[in-house]
Amino acid sequence: MKEKRELTCIGCPMGCQITVVLKDGLVTDVSGNTCKIGDTYAREEVTNPRRTVTSILKVVDGELPVVSVKTGETVPKDRIFAVMEEINSISVEAPVSIGQVLIENVADTGVSVVATREIKKV
Amino acid sequence: MFDVLIIGGGVSGCCIARELSKRTWKVGLLEAEPDICEGTSKANSGIAHAGFDAKPGTLMAKLNVRGNALLEELAPKLDIPLKRNGALVLCFEEEGLPKLQELYDRGVINGVKNLKLLSGKEARELEPSISPEVKGALYAGDSGIVCPFGLTIAMAENAAENGVEFFRGYRVTGVEQGDNGIYRVSCDNGLVLETKVVINAAGVYSDRIHNMLPEKEGHMTMEIHPRKGEYCLYDKQAGNLVQHTIFQLPGAYGKGTLVTPTVHGNLLIGPTAEDVPEKNAVATTRAGVDKLLLNASRSVDKLPPTKQVITSFAGLRAHHADHDFIIEESAGYPGFIDVAGIESPGLTSAPAIGEYVAELVQEILPAALKENFKEVRKGIVTLEGKTLEEKKTIVSENPAYANIICRCESISEGEILAAIHRPVGATTLDGVKRRVRAGMGRCQGGFCSPKVVEILARELGIPVEEVRKSGEASVIIYGGVK
Amino acid sequence: MIRKSLVIIGGGPAGMAAALGAVENGLAPDEILILERDKRLGGILNQCIHNGFGLHTFKEELTGPEYAARYEAQIKAKKISYKLGTMVMSIRDGEEKEIIAMNGQEGILEIYAKAVILAMGCRERPRGALNIPGYRPAGIFSAGTAQYYVNMEGKLPGKEVVILGSGDIGLIMAHRMTLEGAKVKAVAELMPYSGGLKRNIVQCLQDFDIPLLLSHTVVDIHGKERVEGVTIAKVDEKSAPIPGTEKYYSCDTLLLSCGLIPENELSLGCGITLSPVTGGPVVNESLETNIPGVFACGNVLHVHDLVDFVSGEAKEAGERSAEYVRNLSAPEAEEGIPVLAENGVRYTVPATIRTQHMKESQTIRFRVGKEYRGVKVCVYLDNTLLRSIPKRTMAPGEMEKVVLLKKDLADRNVKSIRITVEE
Repeated sequence: MKEKRELTCIGCPMGCQITVVLKDGLVTDVSGNTCKIGDTYAREEVTNPRRTVTSILKVVDGELPVVSVKTGETVPKDRIFAVMEEINSISVEAPVSIGQVLIENVADTGVSVVATREIKKV
Repeated sequence: MFDVLIIGGGVSGCCIARELSKRTWKVGLLEAEPDICEGTSKANSGIAHAGFDAKPGTLMAKLNVRGNALLEELAPKLDIPLKRNGALVLCFEEEGLPKLQELYDRGVINGVKNLKLLSGKEARELEPSISPEVKGALYAGDSGIVCPFGLTIAMAENAAENGVEFFRGYRVTGVEQGDNGIYRVSCDNGLVLETKVVINAAGVYSDRIHNMLPEKEGHMTMEIHPRKGEYCLYDKQAGNLVQHTIFQLPGAYGKGTLVTPTVHGNLLIGPTAEDVPEKNAVATTRAGVDKLLLNASRSVDKLPPTKQVITSFAGLRAHHADHDFIIEESAGYPGFIDVAGIESPGLTSAPAIGEYVAELVQEILPAALKENFKEVRKGIVTLEGKTLEEKKTIVSENPAYANIICRCESISEGEILAAIHRPVGATTLDGVKRRVRAGMGRCQGGFCSPKVVEILARELGIPVEEVRKSGEASVIIYGGVK
Repeated sequence: MIRKSLVIIGGGPAGMAAALGAVENGLAPDEILILERDKRLGGILNQCIHNGFGLHTFKEELTGPEYAARYEAQIKAKKISYKLGTMVMSIRDGEEKEIIAMNGQEGILEIYAKAVILAMGCRERPRGALNIPGYRPAGIFSAGTAQYYVNMEGKLPGKEVVILGSGDIGLIMAHRMTLEGAKVKAVAELMPYSGGLKRNIVQCLQDFDIPLLLSHTVVDIHGKERVEGVTIAKVDEKSAPIPGTEKYYSCDTLLLSCGLIPENELSLGCGITLSPVTGGPVVNESLETNIPGVFACGNVLHVHDLVDFVSGEAKEAGERSAEYVRNLSAPEAEEGIPVLAENGVRYTVPATIRTQHMKESQTIRFRVGKEYRGVKVCVYLDNTLLRSIPKRTMAPGEMEKVVLLKKDLADRNVKSIRITVEE
């Protein structure tokens, strides 16, 4: 069975309109992208969509009450809320350094949650 | 037991409180909202009317002219922002000119000074941005602009300094008179206060308070009709459009749309006039604002673009069918004084209302003047309008003044702290805004409101979730997300 | 009293990149002073915790705070001086530029500089300018204020949310509030297209099935103390609500994301000419305003979509300011050639080009007034077509650019440069 999917690339702010052609669930053609990122994104998006999750995590004794975090790599789109649940369940103590791993293997995705900001202890 | 309890912390109530604080009475003021100046007093034109508009012989006419003179006298003593910018009443048709003359004559009868009839050309020379259609104008040199919050708050602070007790967040649910003539005033939070004299200055709700006492001979049921007026406030960039307050010849529904600079340098247009069923129906409407823009564009040649409007708001006039102030002791209930139907020029008249009511109370319950009455009140020190050297002194004495919180109006933490810690201090976001203008600028609190909320929480010793915009239900933020 | 060669107002992405640009072009780090009103460098990036920053500058995808941290590290490594918590009150032009600023530690500061770079950023358009009728309860926030509460304070400003305006911050907040447990009911957009980046529509709305209502607006706000709901209606081509299309959405929060305005109070105060289109200063090829030695870059100049472009523009402003300081005694340059925005192009930055100050290549950034498909951007020197660049799509939400080469203008007596959109 042949299927055509129209996507907006999220690889960068250009937002290229990409057409992906699938045959029996396999990608046979990608067009409309202007770079390699678009090709990769399109292939993944129709088979196994993934996203980077960015959020905040509670900090104890920090200059701010929360630290911004992100998943070190993308996680499966359908795991976003599972990732959030785990982020919401923990808190860390200041100081926190930028890039510090705060959760390993979040929600069994194999991906870490890392700090994206430095938080000094107060 | 109080000698006098004032119900209502608007400009009337606060002026009455200040006037009563000159004598030895024990005075209390009950305000339903968490702060004073929450009703009509916060949403009006901010004009010190000269007094040519009111019908000669009415209490309104008398108190307007007297109030305007008192404002002049009190402004320096109480640090009330007041500017005598003069007003022009515009007439667009030749046929309307006799009406201008009528207005002029009425002013003369009312005792208004500095009135002058101008030709269209003379009016345009005085105020170049008015419409070329203007055929003639009445100039009133005694008209001014006043900050309605500044006036109300100054009166309240001075009253509090002189011993008046303020009860904010106390909604009156019942007034009854005992056999001994003493009144019992009960509030929704269970508080019951006893007093010899009750002053009903509850604005649009003054009929409800009045009607809490059973109807009888000399005390008939009262009705106050809320009449909504919508306004648009422009950015300070547009503040120089006109120097004078520009009125149009009055119509059946009041003074028509005015265009005026505000005492703080913005441009204000308004109000509409629409009878509304509810006493808190202060929603603005598209139709109202559109009408306003249309009417105002009649007065001035070029109204600034609507994108310079920083906020629109609506206020309610406490209209009584007689269209006069009703300030009298009830014939049926001695010691119960109504201060009702206080619509425009209520703000201007307020100091005179205070004086007038104090005379009524003096007749009922004579008392001596206090020896230690403090008649001077200093406003919050601000950086605005100060020289560099003066600013340096202020900042070196109080470093909190160097921490600017509201960028649009250049309001520092120093001013906000003062707003919170003064007598009858601010406890809400709107309270801070009315006292020091934080959040009143062109971004309307976008940047500063989280910071003001933080300062309020810190200074009041409450979690930020408990800080309110104004009323109990006006939650600003819910709990933490984690 | 402080004397510096260069004072930069604002320590966000523009201010930091400008400082680095100036150092790169030979200005000593101790001759530069950055004045930042917040407690930390980084500006609005601090609260933009989402990713998507840095693809052009660092060739990797960073979050806002990470992007800011990279620049902050360079500022510190180069030992460029900065003052935090310092608010500039006024700038005055004269023999030197006089800057009055203040902070809690030092009180009022009088600073003199040879050159000034304006990098104050922008602010959100308030409700008043949108003329939304209704009550004025708590629960109406600009999207940026909500972003501050959620991302910096960890507090939720609402549980059931409607967003007016599909600018990027609005879209990002739809995403962020959803992740943090709020229900975003709809995003209403007055225009028939979104003002935000396409990727944000996908990632922030489509991923969570949040409806984007194009050609819709909020016509009423309900609730006297806290927002209880809003009425949304469809609008016609003139943006007027169509009677009968009103629909009530129950919610406790209304977020406004209806555009950004360059923050130019200081600029106005010192006599800088602003563009009525961008709200930012009118600048020449050197990003210099009508006051010689006062430069502008980043969102205070014109609102950008991408911080990478802010950094690029700011670096150039920094370089140019260093040149200015170096050549202070040089004679006045010739009048610039006007760059005219025509036929669908709303504005250009720069607005004039002085050929003798032009680099080998000059980027001209601009925005278009509506959505286009399959068009060309044409550059004319007077009436001669110089270049025609095909564009598959263009939208008001995305900044465009063309590049002009010095040799394009050489030996020609050009009176105007025109940028147009053509079929």
